[in-house]
Amino acid sequence: MKDGDSVDIENRPTPMLDQLEDGPWPSFVTGLKRLRDTKGASYAPMVNDLLGQLNHSYEERMGFWKGGAVSVFGYGGGIIPRYSEVADMFPASKEFHTLRVMPPPGFHYTTDLLRKMCDIWEKHGSGLIAFHGQSGDIMFQGCTTENTQHAFDELNELGFDLGGAGPALRTAMSCVGQARCEQSCFNEAKAHRGIINRFLDEMHRPALPYKFKFKFSGCGNDCVNAIHRADFAVIGTWRDDIKIDQEKVKAHVAEKGRKYTIDTVVSMCPTRAISLNDDDSMEIDNKSCVRCMHCINVMTKALSPGDDRGASVMIGGKRSLKVGDMMGIMVKPFIRLDTEEDYEELEEFAEACIEFFADNALEHERIGETIDRVGLPTFLEEVGVEVDPNMVNHPRTSSYVRTDDFDDEAAKWFERQALEAGMTVASE
Amino acid sequence: MSEKPQFRPADETGVPDHIQYMHPMMVANQANWDYHDRPRPGVLRHVTKDGKELFTVRAGTQRQMDVYTIRKLADIGDDFADGHVRFTTRSNIEFMVEDEAKVAPLIEALQANGFPVGGTGASVSMISHTQGWLHCDIPGTDASGVVKSLMDQLHHEFIDEKMPNRVRITTSCCQINCGGQGDIAINVQYTKPPKINHDLVANVCERPAVVARCPVAAIRPAMVNGKPSLEVDEKKCVCCGACYPPCPPMQINGAESTKIAIWVGGKHSNARSKPTFHKLAVANLPNNAPHWPEVAAVVSKIVNAYKNDAKHWERMGEWIERIGWSRFFEMTDLAFTKHHLDTWTGARKSMNSSAHVHF
Repeated sequence: MKDGDSVDIENRPTPMLDQLEDGPWPSFVTGLKRLRDTKGASYAPMVNDLLGQLNHSYEERMGFWKGGAVSVFGYGGGIIPRYSEVADMFPASKEFHTLRVMPPPGFHYTTDLLRKMCDIWEKHGSGLIAFHGQSGDIMFQGCTTENTQHAFDELNELGFDLGGAGPALRTAMSCVGQARCEQSCFNEAKAHRGIINRFLDEMHRPALPYKFKFKFSGCGNDCVNAIHRADFAVIGTWRDDIKIDQEKVKAHVAEKGRKYTIDTVVSMCPTRAISLNDDDSMEIDNKSCVRCMHCINVMTKALSPGDDRGASVMIGGKRSLKVGDMMGIMVKPFIRLDTEEDYEELEEFAEACIEFFADNALEHERIGETIDRVGLPTFLEEVGVEVDPNMVNHPRTSSYVRTDDFDDEAAKWFERQALEAGMTVASE
Repeated sequence: MSEKPQFRPADETGVPDHIQYMHPMMVANQANWDYHDRPRPGVLRHVTKDGKELFTVRAGTQRQMDVYTIRKLADIGDDFADGHVRFTTRSNIEFMVEDEAKVAPLIEALQANGFPVGGTGASVSMISHTQGWLHCDIPGTDASGVVKSLMDQLHHEFIDEKMPNRVRITTSCCQINCGGQGDIAINVQYTKPPKINHDLVANVCERPAVVARCPVAAIRPAMVNGKPSLEVDEKKCVCCGACYPPCPPMQINGAESTKIAIWVGGKHSNARSKPTFHKLAVANLPNNAPHWPEVAAVVSKIVNAYKNDAKHWERMGEWIERIGWSRFFEMTDLAFTKHHLDTWTGARKSMNSSAHVHF
């Protein structure tokens, strides 16, 4: 059907979905009905049948979409194909594919951009857009196979590109970060764009053993859930002391009370690194502090991260399939992120990890599983990272290990310690 | 030979530059922020090192938005926020204004158009969720529908900041758990082994890949009715559904057998305690669309128990760790069963190997 053709079609009955239109929260059902009821819109019949199929799912308590293979010219991923298994009942939504489109870091938009995206999606798609999917993509949901290329072309002209799907580098996410947050410890967007745009080939032409995800959080509050969800999590931190404004500490105590300050700040420090002095000034044992962010979260005016800022990198986070949940392991306790060279170093480390993954992971294995299989020491050696006590909660408890080269390893440790302290060592 | 269709080669632009879309006040003050506070629920005030203020008003959306909703939000952005907006990880929209006098009318405009203002600080923010029956190829339930229904019920906790700390709820339509970890995670839990359509397996499934996908090695190749197919050792099967995506003829869902489990105590943040996974609270709740009343009742009990008993700044998992699991099950009227004892690799780490007991 062409735009402008006015064909009266009967609305699919949606008795189950109709019950989701009341209540104070915005209703996606009401939104879908607005699309269905748009006179002359090319997508109206598609959304009508989509509503019909969704209501059918609610009645049968079963899903009725199947996957397939749809892509755009030159790319092997980024489209999530959906074909209806009940197209005989709901033919207008028999093809209902999604375009995964990478958002700007920090999810910033102008209203003008949002309107342009709406215009494109009204022309080629269903008029339904999700901001954002769990992968971080803008999800343009509901497109026929034929229109997929047209929709992509226009979005691409607008400066947007498809995200990842399948065994590939996936779309990344970053928090609002230094754009608006005083707790940010590095330029999240710079790291995000630098890394993803360097490895776009791994995203657009899937050839990795399985998915590989990056996420960037500016501090330990980890607002984009990187440690649980990213193969490569970059978490902002700092090495020097927490900054304390003692006058503002006193003002906080005066406002909130001494008991409240002790209960919510001092007692909640995970490493017992804080004490409140008799004059209501605050003392922090920075050698014991683990940069968890709690005291800074509570006392946003009085406390802030130090100046020697950068990030930790944690590798191997993922959800259950198939060996069980994993969080990332601390692999780089600190990378300074200040100069161009610093960001280049982070990108190079990312490249080493992707290469290790491509070379060593089994099919459908995430990097965390590969590391479990080969052992962390092997991974570290492959990506050129020296061991560090910050990688463990505690050293091994099992004695089943061959240690005949222990003295050589210990010598390396002392040599590294000496080098870091600026001393000259025998091997130089 | 017919001519090949001419395709436009993609311009592999990658991640776009955010600066062009960012509010100019934020562009000018990157890495120049001093502190923030929250003048009222739903509003953040960020202050630069030289004392300039930026107010952010946060509102809930339905995430799956029609173009009319997006244009309405764009209109509000033009009227009050200089034509710039941003979204949060949990699909809330944020409007930034420099003039404090604009905050109240902006809130009014959002509320008048049906967008609840809140989701900041110690509130129950928007539930992070996935696609469900609307778009996924393997879902056991819907996503937007459960979330709409639950957020209607939790609306008063979204627009206020009366919880001990933030509450992050997630929903997932299968055991892959795309919704992620949460203080409360509402996840599909299959209860029956896959039902195999042996006529289709040979043509649809790459059998060795399906065998390899099973986490408990319960699947093996078999000839069924003279056709190459797969069979499942139902005694071994943990009903995880991992075989279903690569082999749709191994249907894991059933109208009655697909159930909902609720998990508690997941935490992403490193604040105070280290990040944690969520733990099983209750399983076998019915998948009762469109309101999921049994699920809603349990969520409500858990949220209220936490609200009434946790100390300020304790997250759900930290609260439970303090009061103990016995007290948690007592306070929420939930059963503790043998299924709460982990049996997976590493299960021993979840057992109590000490004389520490809560009475």
